[in-house]
Amino acid sequence: MPILTADMSAGTLVEWRKKPGDALERGDIIALVETDKGLIDIEVFTPGVLEKIVVQPGATVPTGAVLAIIRDEAPTGAPPAPAAAPPLAPSPVAPALPPVAPAPPGRLKVSPLARKLAAELGVDPATVRGTGVGGAIRREDIEQAAARAAAPAQKPRAALDRQARLRQAIGAAMARSKREIPHYYLATTIDMHRAMTWLAEENLKRPVTDRVLYGALLIKAVALALKEVPELNSVWRGSEPVRSEAVHVGVAISLRGGGLVAPALHDTATQSLGDLMRRFRDLVQRARTGGLRSSELSDPTITLTSLGEQGVESVFGVIFPPQVAIVGFGKIVERPWVMPGGQLVARPVVTATLSADHRVSDGHRGGLFLAAVDRLLQEPQRL
Amino acid sequence: MSKMSYRDAIRSALREALRDDPRVFLMGEDVGGYGGAFKVSHGLLEEFGPERVRDTPLSENTFLGAGIGAALGGMRPIVEIMTVNFSLLALDQIVNNAATLRHMSGGQLSVPLVVRMTTGGGRQLAAQHSHSLEGWFAHIPGIKIVVPAVAADARGLFLAALRDPDPVFIFEHATLYPVEGEVDEQAGPAEIGRALVRRAGDAVSVITYGGTLGKALQAADELAVDGIQAEVIDLRSLRPLDTETILASVARTHRAVIVDEGWRTCSFAAEVSARIMEGGFYSLDAPVARVCSAEVPMPYAKHMEDAALPQVPAIVGAVRAMLGSHG
Amino acid sequence: MTDIDRAHALALLRQMLLIRRFEEKAAELYSVGKIRGFLHLYIGEEAVAVGTMQALTPEDGIVATYREHGQALARGLPAGSLMAEMYGKANGCSRGRGGSMHFFDVSRRFYGGHAIVGGGLPVAVGLALADKLRARARVTACFFGDGAVAEGEFHESLNLAALWKLPVLFLCENNLYAMGTALARHQSQPDIRRKADAYGMASDSADGMDVLAVEEATRRAADRVRRGEGPLLLELRTYRFRAHSTADPELYRTKEEVAEWKRRDPIGLFTARLQAAGLLSAADLASLEASVAAEIAEAVGLAEAGPWEPVEDLTRDVYTRTP
Repeated sequence: MPILTADMSAGTLVEWRKKPGDALERGDIIALVETDKGLIDIEVFTPGVLEKIVVQPGATVPTGAVLAIIRDEAPTGAPPAPAAAPPLAPSPVAPALPPVAPAPPGRLKVSPLARKLAAELGVDPATVRGTGVGGAIRREDIEQAAARAAAPAQKPRAALDRQARLRQAIGAAMARSKREIPHYYLATTIDMHRAMTWLAEENLKRPVTDRVLYGALLIKAVALALKEVPELNSVWRGSEPVRSEAVHVGVAISLRGGGLVAPALHDTATQSLGDLMRRFRDLVQRARTGGLRSSELSDPTITLTSLGEQGVESVFGVIFPPQVAIVGFGKIVERPWVMPGGQLVARPVVTATLSADHRVSDGHRGGLFLAAVDRLLQEPQRL
Repeated sequence: MSKMSYRDAIRSALREALRDDPRVFLMGEDVGGYGGAFKVSHGLLEEFGPERVRDTPLSENTFLGAGIGAALGGMRPIVEIMTVNFSLLALDQIVNNAATLRHMSGGQLSVPLVVRMTTGGGRQLAAQHSHSLEGWFAHIPGIKIVVPAVAADARGLFLAALRDPDPVFIFEHATLYPVEGEVDEQAGPAEIGRALVRRAGDAVSVITYGGTLGKALQAADELAVDGIQAEVIDLRSLRPLDTETILASVARTHRAVIVDEGWRTCSFAAEVSARIMEGGFYSLDAPVARVCSAEVPMPYAKHMEDAALPQVPAIVGAVRAMLGSHG
Repeated sequence: MTDIDRAHALALLRQMLLIRRFEEKAAELYSVGKIRGFLHLYIGEEAVAVGTMQALTPEDGIVATYREHGQALARGLPAGSLMAEMYGKANGCSRGRGGSMHFFDVSRRFYGGHAIVGGGLPVAVGLALADKLRARARVTACFFGDGAVAEGEFHESLNLAALWKLPVLFLCENNLYAMGTALARHQSQPDIRRKADAYGMASDSADGMDVLAVEEATRRAADRVRRGEGPLLLELRTYRFRAHSTADPELYRTKEEVAEWKRRDPIGLFTARLQAAGLLSAADLASLEASVAAEIAEAVGLAEAGPWEPVEDLTRDVYTRTP
C-alpha cells in the first residue's frame, strides 16, 4: 500500500484493474485504492507481469503492506491479442424534443444532477449507461450503478464517512505542520496589468477550448521563480531538507463536499501555458471525481493555493509537510497604484504570499522569491 | 367566500378602492359611459361620477403620463389601457418616466400608479389585439408586473398594486374575465412577488402564469392519470420574480417545463430558464423545456390561432418527452 | 420704464446674470472634464426663465426640459446643488443620478429635467389633474421647446388639458431650432401659438428677449389659468446663443444670424434700459457681478467637496422598497 498523502496510515483496496498474468507497462493503472483523500489510481512504476494478487478488494491494509507481486521481467511469447471491446448497444432513439442539442462527440451526456451525484457516490459516469433523452445519464442511472457497486461487497464506504476521514487527515497534517514547522510569512502586491493585458490578447489567438486562465500564469511564474530560490523547492526528510531537482507544483483544489487535495502538476517549469492549463483542468476534474494518480499526490515539491474565486484578497497558507513552502494568491482587484512619475492610476493587482519553513530558508530568500514571481509576471510573454 | 368571475372580482375591488380612498380615480378609454371594453368598470360611472371614472381621448401616451403626473400630485390613479398592443403607444411614458422618475430624482419622487391592461390571445382577434407582451415590460426595472391568473388574485393583486408606492402594471388575460373562482371579499391585498404552488407534484415543475395556468393544471391532470405528478407553479408576479419558489420546486422535481404565451425567443420563459440555470443547475436531471407561442403574428383563423398558442397537449408532450415516457 | 421697482429690476438682472455666469462656468468645467455627459446651455434665453418664474408661486409646479439650468436657478434651486449634480456628486439635487438634464427638487415643486422631447407635457397635465381633483388653485407650468410641438404628446396634452379644463400653463420656449432643424423646416404652421386654436385653448406670445415683457405676459396667463379658465399656451420667442450642446458644430445657422440675435441679448438690453432709466450705476453692476461670482465660486466649492455616492448604493431608489 503506497503512501499517497503525508499522514496516510492505511488504505482500502477497492478494485483491481489488472489480473494475474497481465503485462504491465510503466504508468499503467493497476488498482483503485480508497484513501482519506478519495479514490486514487495506483500506478505501476516498473514494467513486468502481475504474478499474484495479495490483498483482495474490500480489505484495508496499512501503508507498506504488499498488495500484489509483480514479476520483474518482460513478458515472453506472444501475448494473446486483446479482445476487441464489445460494441456498445445503440441507445434507443430519443423522442423529438427540439431544443435539446446533441452532446458534443467524445463527451458524456450526464445531467448536472447525475454528475454531482456520481461524484458523491464515487460512480464513474463513463461506466454507466444512460436511460434519459438521447442516452443521457440521469440521476436514477447513477443511483442504480451505485447500488450495484455496493451490493456484492461493502467496498465504497458511505460518502459521509469518507468526508469525516478526509477532514481528519487534513487536520492531522495541518496540526503536524503547525507543531513542527516554524512558519514565517511574507506578502507582496503585484501589478497584474501587463499580465492580464497580454493574456487577453493571447486568448484572442487561441481557440475557445484552448483559452488560458490567469491562474496558469501564476503557476508558471511560481515554478520559474523556484529556479532562483531553489531551497524553497525541497522536502523535509528526517532532520534535514532535501532539494528537489524537478519542480512539481501542487495546486490546492477544494472538493465539492468539503476538504481539499493538492495534486502535482508534474515538471511545472517546463510546461507551456496551454499544456499547464489543460493538465490543470484535468486535475480538477479528476480530483473531484476521485481519479487522481498516486504520484500526483505524493510528488508535489511546493503548494500553490488561490482563494481569489472566493473573494479573498490574501491567503497565508499552512505548509503541507513534508514540503517547506506554500505560495498563496488572492483575488485580482482594482486598486489605486502609483506609477513611476507619481501618477495615480487604477490597476489590477494581486496579493502574493509566501509561508515558508524557517529551518530551510530565511525571510531574505523568501523575499527574493516573491520579487522573482513579481518580475516574471511583468513579462508574461516569456512565461 | 363566494363564487365570482374574474371580471366581477376586479370590479368589486375597484369599487372598494373608489369607496375607501378619495385619492383613487379610474381613467382610460371607454371606462365610463361604455362600462369598459371588457365591462370591468360597468356601473362605476353611475356610482362615482365622471370626475372619478374618467373617459379619456384615444391618447394612450398622454393619459398614462397624466396618470404619472397625478400620482406625483398625490392621487392614486388607476389607468386602464384597453389592450397590451395599445400600450405600445404609451411606451415613452412607461419606460422613460414611470420607471425612471424615482431613480432620476435621487429618490425624491415616487409614482404610486396602477395600470391595468388586457393581454393574450385565444379570441380570434388576430395580430393587433392578441399578443402577450408582459415579458417585455418585465425587462424594465422601476416598475412591477403582476399577472393574476385566478379571480381571487385579480382582486388581491389589484389591492396590493394600489397600496404600492411604485408603479404596478397588471396584465389581465382576456380569456379569464368570465372564469369563476372562489373570492373572499373581506380578504386584504395579496403579496406582490410571491409565486404559489397551485398543485403539488414530484415529477416535474410546470411553471406558468396568467392565461396558461388553467392549461397547465389541465395538463397535470392528464399526466396524473399515468401516475406522473406534475407540480404547477403560478408565478403571479413577473417583476419581482419569486426565484426562491421556482428553485425550491425544481430542487424537488429536478425538471422544469415553462409555459408562457409569449413568443419563445427572448420570452419571459427564457428568463425563468436562466434563473434555474443560475440557481438550480446541479438540481437538474434534464434540460429545461419551454412551451411558448409559435413565432408568428397571431393568425385570425381558429385552427391557426389554436396552433400558435400553447395548448394542453403540447404541455403534456413536453413533460412526457422530458421523462422519456410515451404512454 | 420709470415706474419699475428698482429692487425688483435688480433682482431680475441678478438672476439673469447668475444663470449666464453659472453656465459659462459650467462650460469651462465641462472643457476640463469635471462635468460630463450632455451639457445644453441656456445662454441667450435667460429672460424666459427669469421672467416666467416671477409670475409663479411656490405652490405652483414646474416641469422643465433638458435645457433647464436657467429654470432651476430662477426657481431658487441652490446653485451648489445644481453644480454638484453636474459633477455627479451625492450632494447634487438628484444625488448624482440625473446630471445636467435631470434636475429635481420636490421641495420647490420642480419636477425635472425631462430629456425626452415632449415627454414632460403629459406629466404636467397629470399634476394639474391632481390639483383640479383636489380643488387646489395651483398652476403647473410646463416648459418645452419648439421641437416638442411636432411630437404627438404635445397635441394629445393640449387636447386633454383643454378638454378637462386643467390648470396647465404651457410655456413654449421658441428658440427657432429643434436641435439643428429650423422651425420652418419642421412645422407646416410655424406660428406656434396658433396651434392652441385647434384645441379651443387660449394663447399668447411675448418677446422672449425682454424679461419684463415675459414677466407681464406670464402674469396675465398664470392668473387666467389660476382662475380656473383652463390651460393656456404662451409662446416666448427667444434665441440660443450657444450651440445645441457641447457636441454641436453649428452647421445649420450662420454666424451673421447669431450675431444679429446677440445684439438683442436679454441681459445687455435690460442693463441698458436700467442704466438709461437711471436705476443702475456702474457700481451697482459691478456689485451684482461680484455677488454672482461669489455665489458661483461657492457652488463650485460645494461640488468639488461633495461626496461620491458609494457604489454599494447602485440599485437604491429603483423602487421605494427594494423588492
